[in-house]
Amino acid sequence: MKIWRGIRRLGKRLRWPIRSAGLNFALAYGLVFIISAGVFLSFIWWNTTGQLDRQVEAAVQVDAHDLAQRWVHGGPAALALAIQDRLDQNVEDDELYLLVGPDGRKYAGNLPGWPVVITQMDEFYELAIRRDGFRTQAKMHAYPLSEGFRLIVGRDVRGRQVVRHVLTDTLIWAWVMVSLLAAGGTLAIRRIFRQVVHSIARTTSAVAQGDLSRRIPLTGNETDLVAQTVNTMLERINRLMDGVRQVSNAIAHDLRTPIARARARLEDASLTSTSEEELRAAIDRAVLDLDRVTSIFEALLRIAQLEAGARRAAFTVLDMKPLLEGLTELYEASMEEAGLKLDLKVGQLAPVNGDPHLLQQAVANLLDNAIKFAPINTAITLSAATQNDKVSITVADQGPGMDEQDMARASERFFRAEAARNTPGAGLGLSLVQAVVHLHGGTMELANGHPGLRVTLLLPVIQKKGTLPA
Amino acid sequence: MRILLVEDDSTVRAFVLKGLREAGHVVDEADNGKDGLFLAVSENYDVVILDRMLPGGIDGLRILETLRGQKNATPVLLLSALADVDERVAGLKAGGDDYMTKPFAFSELLARVEALGRRGRPESAPQTRLTVGDLEMDLLSRTVKRGNEKIDLQPREFRLLEFLIRHAGQVVTRTMLLERVWDYHFDPQTNVIDVHVSRLRQKVDKPFATPLIHTIRNAGYILRAD
Repeated sequence: MKIWRGIRRLGKRLRWPIRSAGLNFALAYGLVFIISAGVFLSFIWWNTTGQLDRQVEAAVQVDAHDLAQRWVHGGPAALALAIQDRLDQNVEDDELYLLVGPDGRKYAGNLPGWPVVITQMDEFYELAIRRDGFRTQAKMHAYPLSEGFRLIVGRDVRGRQVVRHVLTDTLIWAWVMVSLLAAGGTLAIRRIFRQVVHSIARTTSAVAQGDLSRRIPLTGNETDLVAQTVNTMLERINRLMDGVRQVSNAIAHDLRTPIARARARLEDASLTSTSEEELRAAIDRAVLDLDRVTSIFEALLRIAQLEAGARRAAFTVLDMKPLLEGLTELYEASMEEAGLKLDLKVGQLAPVNGDPHLLQQAVANLLDNAIKFAPINTAITLSAATQNDKVSITVADQGPGMDEQDMARASERFFRAEAARNTPGAGLGLSLVQAVVHLHGGTMELANGHPGLRVTLLLPVIQKKGTLPA
Repeated sequence: MRILLVEDDSTVRAFVLKGLREAGHVVDEADNGKDGLFLAVSENYDVVILDRMLPGGIDGLRILETLRGQKNATPVLLLSALADVDERVAGLKAGGDDYMTKPFAFSELLARVEALGRRGRPESAPQTRLTVGDLEMDLLSRTVKRGNEKIDLQPREFRLLEFLIRHAGQVVTRTMLLERVWDYHFDPQTNVIDVHVSRLRQKVDKPFATPLIHTIRNAGYILRAD
């Protein structure tokens, strides 16, 4: 107990020195392999040698039983004859017999004399004997007969001894080989482990250094699971970083402009205004410029927030039809005022999962855009339909449309097509729409309507049956 | 009205204070949460204007929750630099009656404060008839008359006019109309509200000698018979 406690204390003090998970893993693997090989080979050895022993014992006992029968039927003479017979027929020369009388005289058999060690009559003895001038190993059993006669039946087990040696040697060598293989396997495993970790570590450290374009190569094994997750994560980080970069560039340019304008106006007014009226007008215009800055800020923040994907708290099962009808009602009047006609084409729609306020804003942005660009006396169409598992909402105008290149960039923050330079706006409308649609797991598509622009929002329909709103 | 203003930024506070006093209100001020909470629970105000972020460990939401916890139903307008919709919802859930984000136009703030002050006064009986000058609105039969002449209104126009009449004599801003009459919480880039108001004017004012609906520059609209 004391010793055991000492060992425990020592173990606590001597911490396991290897920190590498790969090496530990490999060592554990090797150790388990070596121990199980040892157990396995020992079992084979024990079973095989045991089997040989048992075979010899069974043969001896059958033999002895046979000879005992002879004794019963014919006495010493018949038994001696039978023994002699067997010795003559025994080609392998491995059988051992000895029949002695009550006086200790040898009646028959090939053993020189009664071995001194054999005193019990009920167990096997294994001993070295001298036979025909050389030493050998024998397994023997003594049996008492009537009238003081005693019989020894045995086998020369030198051959078995040889088999046992060969077997032992073979198995030990096999174990050594298995151990070597295990050690090799250990190293191989460690190497693989290191390689896997290294390939991930190389990529992530490159990313940490600022190279966001690096990705972990996929190898087709289980580590791809980690690699893919990390790659997806990097993809997202990259997108967010791009967004941040875009926004900071935009802030540098598009927010500076109205601020600079307001500043110039105020400075100019302060230096040169001659009347209070003039001063007031300049201040009012500057306030408008600043309001514009605020609204750009708000739009930017909202887009950033939507892109972060954290705004799903207000999501609910939503029928887009009344929502679109409400917006039509709101916009119809101002469209008419602008000499435009708003057509609403909407049938029954499948429910979507969404935030009504955000979707209202998205569609309103599209309608605002259409009003801005549509020429007078044309129609703007707001249509919606359920297609397969998507609800599509399309706003189509008959304005100048966009060329292919502009369409590809339309949802970038602060992007404004050349034709739109002179219209009011900051180039955030479609970015916001895109962000809202992405948050809903949908897509925004721009197409040429010949003439005009068609913007289509595709929102996924709720798949579960029975969630239709009443 | 007696108004409490709790706001830590001295520029904004001075600006709002001056404006509210010029509009004829009695205003108390506090520049931190502790004083604000003390005033709010010990005095009797018609409206409390609360900044959400306040120094001194007690922020606007805490003051609001404490007030509501004491069954104090004074209308509260929350001011915040947090423009997030979730923040707005959190503010309204905590018992706020209205929510404005900074920066704001003073006219918008004044309009909302006055609207809240009126809401705070309990109505003696549920009204079925609203009148301003010679304009009469029957809420039960949903008819509108001016003098002896009946005016036909679309449902939405009716609700717009009802809102204007209920806030007669007060400035209502475009944002207020969009929120209260249409229940939209976004900022349309086009003049949608102006067009609806101008259509209402066509019906309510155009045929008659004196206009009731007036435009207030840089602010919104007011309905009054003067």
